[in-house]
Amino acid sequence: MGKVRLVGRLVARDLRRRPAQAVLLLLAITAATAILTLGLALHGVASHPYQQTRAVTNGPDVVAEIAGPAAAPHGPGGAPKNNPAPLNEARALARLPGVTAYSGPYLQTTAVLRVRGLASVTQIQGRDAAAAAVDQPKVTAGSWVSPGGAVLERTFAEALGVGVGDRVTLNGRPYRVVGLAVTAASTPYPNMCEVGCTFNGPPGAPQGTGKPGLAWVTVSDARALDAQDLVPGPYVVNLKLEDPATAEAFAFRYGGGSNPPPTAPAMVGWQAIASADALLITDQQTVLSVGAWLAGVLAVASVAVLAGGRMAEHTRRVGLLKAVGGTPGLVAAVLLAENVVVALAAAAAGLLAGWLAAPLITSPGAGLVGSPGAPSLTLPTAGLVIGVALAVALAATLVPAARAARTSTVSALADGVRRARRRATLIKLSRRLPVPLLLGLRLVARRPRRAALGAASIAVTVTGLVAVIAFHTMAGEKRFGSGGLSNPVAIRDEQMLLVLTVALVALAVLNAVFTAWAAALDARHSSALARALGATPRQVSGGLAAGQMLPALAGALLGIPLGIGLFKAVNGSGQAVVPSASWLVTVVLATLVGVALLTSIPARITARRPSAEVLAAETA
Amino acid sequence: MSDTDGTSVLRARGLRKEYGKQAGLVRAVDGVDVDVAAGETLAVTGPSGCGKSTLLHLLGGLDRPSAGEIWLAGRRVDQLSERALARLRRDGIGFVFQAFHLMEELNAVENVELPALLSGRSARWARRRASALLDQVGLADRARHLPSQLSGGQRQRVAIARALVGDPRVVLADEPTGNLDSEATLDVLRLFESLHDAGQTLVIVTHDPRIAATADRMISMRDGAFVDETRLTGGTTGNLGALAGLEG
Repeated sequence: MGKVRLVGRLVARDLRRRPAQAVLLLLAITAATAILTLGLALHGVASHPYQQTRAVTNGPDVVAEIAGPAAAPHGPGGAPKNNPAPLNEARALARLPGVTAYSGPYLQTTAVLRVRGLASVTQIQGRDAAAAAVDQPKVTAGSWVSPGGAVLERTFAEALGVGVGDRVTLNGRPYRVVGLAVTAASTPYPNMCEVGCTFNGPPGAPQGTGKPGLAWVTVSDARALDAQDLVPGPYVVNLKLEDPATAEAFAFRYGGGSNPPPTAPAMVGWQAIASADALLITDQQTVLSVGAWLAGVLAVASVAVLAGGRMAEHTRRVGLLKAVGGTPGLVAAVLLAENVVVALAAAAAGLLAGWLAAPLITSPGAGLVGSPGAPSLTLPTAGLVIGVALAVALAATLVPAARAARTSTVSALADGVRRARRRATLIKLSRRLPVPLLLGLRLVARRPRRAALGAASIAVTVTGLVAVIAFHTMAGEKRFGSGGLSNPVAIRDEQMLLVLTVALVALAVLNAVFTAWAAALDARHSSALARALGATPRQVSGGLAAGQMLPALAGALLGIPLGIGLFKAVNGSGQAVVPSASWLVTVVLATLVGVALLTSIPARITARRPSAEVLAAETA
Repeated sequence: MSDTDGTSVLRARGLRKEYGKQAGLVRAVDGVDVDVAAGETLAVTGPSGCGKSTLLHLLGGLDRPSAGEIWLAGRRVDQLSERALARLRRDGIGFVFQAFHLMEELNAVENVELPALLSGRSARWARRRASALLDQVGLADRARHLPSQLSGGQRQRVAIARALVGDPRVVLADEPTGNLDSEATLDVLRLFESLHDAGQTLVIVTHDPRIAATADRMISMRDGAFVDETRLTGGTTGNLGALAGLEG
């Protein structure tokens, strides 16, 4: 117990002595754990809003689509009044075992909706003014259908940028938007066809119309629009089952199974619609999972650079501890405990931040009502996050701790600074370079592991950035649905990528600061000596900056193929997307400028201290 | 503005260096006037902490004075920018430190050529000059050795060669034999003697009176100020080893 208390006291004192470093370390690990928590928290949360929407709209368990009267020409009345076949078929479906209620059949046709220069193919459903027993869309603004008045699915309306009272045209006929509504019988824009829609673009439909929206009009308006189509539209019947859990089996059985005959109705269970709803956040989950890994790697680099930067100080402390009787085990425990304490605090902060931020990114969107609320933090989630934080801390400090435990007391007390390495080839090469590059290359040669760590950190950041740019390059096409409409999924993905990019860049900035700070500390003596021998402060600062920029350049160049590869691996289609050369050059240049700026601060501070003072201190 | 005394290579007037404030004020150097003639070897001696190293740092532009003026070869240098001071150190002054301050990852010739490379000389010129100087200090056969493979005396000779690479007007040596045994001390003193013979101006700070006695002139410091000045007749032109009491 005495030893535990001693370790605790030493850890507390050291953390108190270096609060800025402890806070920076805390931030680095917190960012990684928060992203990981977000990624884990997204699983399952999308189902809550769908269930709420299903409840308020009395959503169907199975949606059946029956073919229209193919042989019947479009008459003035249209189906079903003049064509009883769909009605009879709907009644036949209602009599199937397990069905407790139904609504329909509702004529479904397609039309081109135009408003303010935008055009989109739209699935039109003819509905009665009276409320339906099953699937009565919930009007969230305005009113329900009326002659000449259309109700738009809410996400679709948002993508169009229209609201109640706006005027639109459907196949050239003017309509007034009288309401906005949500439904559980169909997946919101732009994923309506993800559950399989028999969608045919009407004559004159704009090119690239893969993402239809949904609108409800009166039955007579639907008939009128359908009359303009060459092929009569199908009818939709919404079914309620005794046991909603059997919906998919029901749909499979009565929808004709895996090889349905042409006459069989197409059926979709509510579970498939719910899954398609979750597509809204599927990309986000992928982005966050990958982002958590990248952030984790950056956090490891942060801790490793910090631990390495304090190695000299630690070595002297180890010597002192050993001199007063500390065992190698105690010495290692102190070093490990310090970072473990920070990691545990960071894990707690990351879990809290992720838990609080999750509702912001798991909002159901306009297509559903309700909210997912804060996701529940399960024990496995918390365990995984804490485990990752501890792994980050341990991975970066095990080697220094083991080395400290092995160091002899005398050498630890006598010489805290690790001996610089000699890289004859680099020294020879540097002789012919301008002074800042000469000094920079020699700094890299002195501490190759730190340079490699700095390069790895930049490579991870650039990998993330290039993957984000590749996404944007691909999303350029995906961003707009039909006729120039915005794509809510792509917009959410971009928002998520922006958050991830900011987090990665922030972590990379922390790393660059750590690395520059450690390099400046390490180069104190050689910089002071170089100044005593005639190097100007600018040359010394330039040398320090070059010492960071050389590995940064290597890391940035390595990050380009890695980023392209990462995007190819996670984008699902396996398609390699190469961002434009101008973007790649911008990323590399911005990285180098950023590293140079961040290095200039510790470099200037180092150069400001009189070299006589530094040389005298190193001699003492 | 230029110095009126044409014979002084290095000159200081009213030089002061203070640390701290009010009650904690410490005057490391307190109103020092000094002239160093061309080709002269000046020894500054005194007990530890008397301010002699600080004086050397001020004269060499490694630190800035709180007050006073410093002139090098007729040019006032105490008000120069950091950049100009760097050029001054590069071209006008050579430093020799007690702790050698050699780059441990560079071998002897690479250490010696470093100031030349920093001043923008070509790699070939720097290497040729460094090799010649190592030959001059008797270490031509140790040119490829790392500092850790050299004895203390050899390291200091490398450091002296490095101080000479820019052909400086003044070599400032701070306790150059402080870390050396008697034999190595004698080697270094002989080297200084040869530099003196070649007309090199030297300022040597030492707390060892035997080393100070080898100079042309010796100044004693106490509490930051000069307290005594002695012109020595023997100096480095006499029997160096016997005079310094380092032999027999």
